[in-house]
Amino acid sequence: MSIIRYTLRRALTAVPVLLGATAITFSFVYLTPGDPVDVLVGFDHVDPETRAALRAEYNLDRPLWQQYLLWLGDVVTFEFGESPITGRDVGETVASRLPHTVALGVASWTLSLAIGVPLGILAAIKQGQPADEASRIAALVGIATPNFWLGLVLLFVFAVHLGWVRVTPPDAPLVSLEMAWFVILPTVTLATALAAIVTRLMRSSMRRELDREYVRAARARGLRERTVILKHVLRNASTAVVTVAGLQIAFLVDGAVVVEHVFSWPGMGQLLVESIGRRDVSVVQASVLLIAVATVAANLLVDVAYAIIDPRIRHDR
Amino acid sequence: MNEQTTRRGRIRIDGLEEHLSSDRADGDRTDADRPGDHRDASDRQMAAANTRPSATSASTGRSTLTPRDGTSARTVHSRSRLEESWRRFRSNRTALFGLAIVAVLSAVAIVARPVEFSTMGYTITLQPFSLAPYDPNELSVGPPNAGPSLAHPFGTDWAGRDLFSRVLVGGRYSLSIGALAVALALCVGIPLGAIAGYVGGWLDEAIMRIVDMLYAFPFLVLAIAIVAIVGQGYWNVVFALVVTGWLTYARLLRGEVLSIVETDYVAASRALGTPHRTILARHVVPNAVAPVIVQATLNVGSVVTAAAALGFLGLGLEPGTAEWGAMLAQGRSALLRGNWHVTVFPGAAIFLFVLAINLVGDGLTDALGSRDGRERRGR
Repeated sequence: MSIIRYTLRRALTAVPVLLGATAITFSFVYLTPGDPVDVLVGFDHVDPETRAALRAEYNLDRPLWQQYLLWLGDVVTFEFGESPITGRDVGETVASRLPHTVALGVASWTLSLAIGVPLGILAAIKQGQPADEASRIAALVGIATPNFWLGLVLLFVFAVHLGWVRVTPPDAPLVSLEMAWFVILPTVTLATALAAIVTRLMRSSMRRELDREYVRAARARGLRERTVILKHVLRNASTAVVTVAGLQIAFLVDGAVVVEHVFSWPGMGQLLVESIGRRDVSVVQASVLLIAVATVAANLLVDVAYAIIDPRIRHDR
Repeated sequence: MNEQTTRRGRIRIDGLEEHLSSDRADGDRTDADRPGDHRDASDRQMAAANTRPSATSASTGRSTLTPRDGTSARTVHSRSRLEESWRRFRSNRTALFGLAIVAVLSAVAIVARPVEFSTMGYTITLQPFSLAPYDPNELSVGPPNAGPSLAHPFGTDWAGRDLFSRVLVGGRYSLSIGALAVALALCVGIPLGAIAGYVGGWLDEAIMRIVDMLYAFPFLVLAIAIVAIVGQGYWNVVFALVVTGWLTYARLLRGEVLSIVETDYVAASRALGTPHRTILARHVVPNAVAPVIVQATLNVGSVVTAAAALGFLGLGLEPGTAEWGAMLAQGRSALLRGNWHVTVFPGAAIFLFVLAINLVGDGLTDALGSRDGRERRGR
């Protein structure tokens, strides 16, 4: 199967998932205690006429499936309307926060791979030796440390105690030296657990490859260990990196929500938490949906990347 | 690894060992067994060839024809398998260490304050001990924001509450949420996953599509959204963590079931006319459940962290509750004023528990020979 056909087929399977995700997000308004009109007016008291008018205006008197389709149509064009709480355009609000989260996510993702991949390879090669044991312990500690706690501790040490960084983000554009300086701590916080997971997965995948026949054959041919590892094992273990990178995306978003709160980083996660506090259902919907779409899209990309690296995958399903 | 499959004169269920050992072969830390892999594979083939007819009749056959004998054969078998796993687990010192920490933390949470149960005017004291020196919610038992001292080993928070007592009692919330949420999620995930894998068809399709849809949302984001809808509180947090938690188990179990349904012993059982329900409950699920158990153990750690994260974000239990996460939420402002102890101790408690659970989970991975137990939530 050609890669294009595989991509198309894989993309088709994402469609029902996305529809389901939008349906779940759509239902937030109805699942929230109270009437949808309450949600619209931000749980203020309004007289019955206004309620009826709002009902008609927002098509709340139509059957549920029609409302869903109308909403879906708006969502697809990124029209979320105005937030009844803040009066600001929901789409714009979300879009203004997005770059911060993407920046934090990409930085942490890169850092975690930069730490985890070499460490995992090292641990696999030095299996059973002190280096392996040390990386195992480091990974365990990294996984067990709650990221919000790590963030708080780092904040205390480097911002409160040493005074090297500010406690809250500087009032500077996202791409600037001050911002880059500030983002170091959140990045480290978010990357720690990820790096630990990457290390462990990389190690086990390397071990699996090292046990294969071709490695024995390569060694038997008298190749240097270095060549065996770099030329043969690593190439085959690289699929693991892609899997790992994919696994991380959901994890990264989850971490970002918490870490952004610790560092008052004005990203999507912080927006989500703020909006829940304000009972701003429209913003909650928009941000959750955007996160879901991003996750689905990222997983799609990972699968395609996987199929490019390992053509056998294309015929598997 | 070889011993357990071949060197014991115990009754084999055909296909089971094959299944388990193939899992182990690509597990995380089976490296020690590496030189034996070949021997193991050939042993397995030989053993399978030798025992296939007798094993089938001994285990699955009897269980339907003469129930008493059948069940005894089965229990002997499963007991020895459990014993074998337990023996392996017991020889793993780090795992035992983790188990000890979990046990101590649980015990401490129970004896932190007396457990009383009052009804109709009577008060029944279930547990009279009180390890915590103060009531965790009593204000001004000491000066506000005091550092650790002899009277208050972990210091006090902004309202003068004793942090040591709060951390001890906080374990009740965190640990019980972790245990409950995982147990309930297993109760949802195992049946659904088993049915999806065993029955197949549109039912499988429907269940797995639901799983896929919920998987579109990252774990914590979905939990946050659910708590945002249903509101704060203990049971709402448990509910949110169950809704997000069962997916993994259902998917994992379905995959295992799919491979077990193909085995000869299931085919034999079917041929003998065993009801599907019996096959599923007696033969398929018990043999498929090991990786799910490993995953569930590890998930207790992530569920406790997630519950604490919800508390930290102010979305979990009511603010002011002596829950580890909620305590950290209050700790942030204290920390910025330099009162490090308010955050360090509750956080250390979470860390210790999650670390211990991971040690136990790793031990189980090795003992049960589950497939890569480290693979966490992803797609």
